[in-house]
Amino acid sequence: MTASPLPVRVLQHGRYETVAMLRNGEQLVLAIVLPLLALTAIAFTPFFDVLEVPRLEAGTPGVIALCVLSTAFTGQGIATGFDRRYGVLRFLSTTPLGRSGLILGKVLAVGAVLGIQVTVICTTAILFGWQLPLGGLVPALAMLVPGIAAFTALGLLIAGTLRPEATLAVTNLVWVLLAAVGGIIIPRSSLPEAIQPIIALLPSAALGDGLRAALTSGAFDLPSFALLCGWAAVVGVAAVRWFKWS
Amino acid sequence: MRSSSPAVEVSGLVKDFGPVSSLDGKKIRVLDGVSLCAEKGQVTALLGANGAGKTTTLECAQGLQKASAGSVRLLGEDPWRAGADLRSRVGIMLQEGGLPPAVRPVPLLRHVAGMFASPLKVDDLAGRLGIDSFARTSVRRLSGGQKQRLALACALVGDPEVLFLDEPSAGLDPQSRNIVFELISELRTEGMAIILTTHLLDDAQKLADYVYILDQGRTVRQGTVPELTAHAADATRELQFEARAGLTLPFARVPHLQLTERSPGHYGVSGALTPKDLAVLAAWWEEEGVLPASLSLTSRSLEDVFLDISGRGIR
Repeated sequence: MTASPLPVRVLQHGRYETVAMLRNGEQLVLAIVLPLLALTAIAFTPFFDVLEVPRLEAGTPGVIALCVLSTAFTGQGIATGFDRRYGVLRFLSTTPLGRSGLILGKVLAVGAVLGIQVTVICTTAILFGWQLPLGGLVPALAMLVPGIAAFTALGLLIAGTLRPEATLAVTNLVWVLLAAVGGIIIPRSSLPEAIQPIIALLPSAALGDGLRAALTSGAFDLPSFALLCGWAAVVGVAAVRWFKWS
Repeated sequence: MRSSSPAVEVSGLVKDFGPVSSLDGKKIRVLDGVSLCAEKGQVTALLGANGAGKTTTLECAQGLQKASAGSVRLLGEDPWRAGADLRSRVGIMLQEGGLPPAVRPVPLLRHVAGMFASPLKVDDLAGRLGIDSFARTSVRRLSGGQKQRLALACALVGDPEVLFLDEPSAGLDPQSRNIVFELISELRTEGMAIILTTHLLDDAQKLADYVYILDQGRTVRQGTVPELTAHAADATRELQFEARAGLTLPFARVPHLQLTERSPGHYGVSGALTPKDLAVLAAWWEEEGVLPASLSLTSRSLEDVFLDISGRGIR
């Protein structure tokens, strides 16, 4: 018989993975609940008042970056790690979907879930009094694309090389570390000076800084964008090289 | 039949795994010269003990593993480079199913069906394999046999020309086994090429048109079931007896027979036994002062052929 056309297969698999992610309670906590808690904390505590801009304006971009970390990296990594353990990756790669279709479908699902997350976060932030900076949307979107690519590749690299239990531990630990001191929510410039040079090289700080620049002043942060593209390219190549399917 | 060439053609297949750190970075040779050919409209069985290389052979033929040497052709193409079109003509049931644990059977089957331009009707297939009876249970809670039937449905839903089944009867109760075997026979009649692995001789004897016996990464014997057991039917029988250990046959008197002592005191005499040979053997026992504790004369079954090759001890 013949296969469905590639776009049909990828779309269908994207929908399948999206539903799987949304049905998974732990993933929902990671993807929606924790970022919402962070946003609420930012809105109702004076912590962000040390910055020169209003709390939500300073904090919301970081929460969006946190969503990317949750879904593209931790959530996707854990799901892929267990799919690999259970042979699901092998099974699906024997159908006309194939390996490339499988990965494209996963990326599509990450994008779809992120779309939902960003909508929820932005709507909540607006309800809390945030002014959606329309001029910053295009540069923010430009920053999200290599950000999603870099973190998805990182998640896949870990899921494709470690045991799923180790993937679970590593991606959760990294989530906590990066959320706290990775320059995501708390800007790199507000972190201890001693660690700033290291943080500056992380994709988390680049994504946080890039989104903050876009959504507070409508600026396009070229160095951060370049750093994210670099991470996406290097880790992407590493993932293709070292990812084990079974 | 869509073409006259075989569905699967493997020759001189070699597969190395490694380097393995526990072996000082050496490679392990898992397949060392497997050759086989699977025709359309036939069930081809790969028979072998655990670790003989059945699954690896299948994986190379499916394109899940890359051959280290030798040639593999699946529907005339290289399966390692298979695109979606080749994969759409092939159905694969893996040994460990690979079914995602969180989904329900029918949505999963629909998802797989969606990868094909004109799949079989999901409801019909689910009914035929009894999947509708556990449609509301998630995959992780299914029994081994239920998972097996679902995996078979997933392999069949694209209406493939070639069907690979790795240990299809594993975990099946007798009823499910009948359902699955009937279906396999029917698909063969419709012209599908079916390649399965099994370590159950009964499966091979019931289902297979052609059998390849694998041992230590090689195809060591091949033929139809009657061919493989043929010598037994007319000429070759085996005489088994128990006596004291360490006997040696007077070969000068019966040069066409072989004596094997399978375990101390347990002997098998094989070859083209004649009534006269029995008289010679009896005379020999008399000379040795041996009265066999047991004595039997049997035809060779597929099991004997298999055990002769794979050895009777546990590996």
